[in-house]
Amino acid sequence: MSLKTRIIPCLDVKDGRTVKGVNFVDLKDAGDPVALAKAYDSQGADELCFLDITASHEGRGTLLDIVSATAEQCFMPLTVGGGVRSADDLVALLRAGADKVAINSAAVADPDVIARCAAKAGRQAVVVAIDARKVENHWEIFTHGGRTATGIDAVEFAKLAESKGAGEILLTSMDKDGTKSGYDIPLLKAVTSVVNIPVVASGGAGSVDDMPAAVLDGGATAVLAASIFHFGEATVADARRALAEAGAPVRPL
Amino acid sequence: MTQVALIDYGSGNLHSAERALREAVTLAGTSHEIVVTDSPEAILESTRIVLPGVGHFADCAAGLRARDGVVDALNEAVLKEGKPFFGICVGMQLMATAGLEDGYTPGLGWIKGTVDLIEPGEGFRIPHMGWNGLNFTRLTPHPVFADLGEDPHVYFTHSYAMKPDNPADVVATADYGVPIVAAVARRNMFGTQFHPEKSQKTGLKILANFLQWAP
Repeated sequence: MSLKTRIIPCLDVKDGRTVKGVNFVDLKDAGDPVALAKAYDSQGADELCFLDITASHEGRGTLLDIVSATAEQCFMPLTVGGGVRSADDLVALLRAGADKVAINSAAVADPDVIARCAAKAGRQAVVVAIDARKVENHWEIFTHGGRTATGIDAVEFAKLAESKGAGEILLTSMDKDGTKSGYDIPLLKAVTSVVNIPVVASGGAGSVDDMPAAVLDGGATAVLAASIFHFGEATVADARRALAEAGAPVRPL
Repeated sequence: MTQVALIDYGSGNLHSAERALREAVTLAGTSHEIVVTDSPEAILESTRIVLPGVGHFADCAAGLRARDGVVDALNEAVLKEGKPFFGICVGMQLMATAGLEDGYTPGLGWIKGTVDLIEPGEGFRIPHMGWNGLNFTRLTPHPVFADLGEDPHVYFTHSYAMKPDNPADVVATADYGVPIVAAVARRNMFGTQFHPEKSQKTGLKILANFLQWAP
């Protein structure tokens, strides 16, 4: 009877459509993020994450509509990220129905954005997303979808984000993302051992069997995955079973 | 038609609470109308009251007090007339004597006690964020917790928790190294630290139970 490991399917949304969700079981329109969200809700996902990769300004309004439509039908926690620049952006997403908002590039460019967001909505609503890649003997933050090196140490930045008021870290390994070779356990360990806020493991899940290590060895309190769920390779129930068998606490359903 | 007043005082979870309450009306099969309002008259006309809340205790208390006559109307409807009340998260914490987040902020003072930072001990992270199981403190769970099935789990996200002076006011706890107060109740008043509006079926059932609760 304690806090359970959260299993978080993540949907990449572009101009109002889900990308990557091409082979989802029993779904007429896998490109419809709201339909996908409902499917994951009924699978018993512990939380949902929308990452907006829309470049255009017009697409932002569409994102708010999607968040609103999802919140209308899914009574579960929803984290939304991508392109959040300011506390006003954060508030707009929360008003639409998000519970937490992930800030990435804007927080790296100006860490005080984290403090302004936390002051406006409480730290529990502020997730700082860190995309890190190993460079020589440390992990460096990359922004703008992993294209821009910043020279900033990811572990140090995680500490800074916590001190500025982040309520959670969404930690993505750029080395592991898309490789399906498992989460980056050393990176997770490096971050979870220096911050006292929850850390979500992201990047690299090739199967549900990769998930227990992120929790039991990496110290993550939640595991995020995209393609293994979207392509129907695994269900949330499979993830729950794999975690439970390895001894990680999960929600009984 | 009976009216449920959902208090609008700028809380971030207002619309989620509204949507979930509407779903709960369907689930309960009642004919409640959910009215989002900051009008003292509407509060007094309602038969039930829900106070949402998220974020900072002092901000929420200030937001509530900034609405003319709302605190007076709540005192009248809840304390004097005994209308069923449900406080969610900070909406529950506001029932306490005071919050100690960044200084001392008086609450509504309905349940004696304070709201203070969680001290969960070694290895537990703050915020307490995610799904946790409910431990009921009474042999027969509170009516709002009726028929939740075995080992019900609900969604928490908070760094501060209520500490009622009288242990009898606590109706459920969650284990986070130490027991954290998950729900309080006193006569016609009920409150949860967790978010029923984000707790899927279990949360909707709790809201549906509230709509049918006759304290």
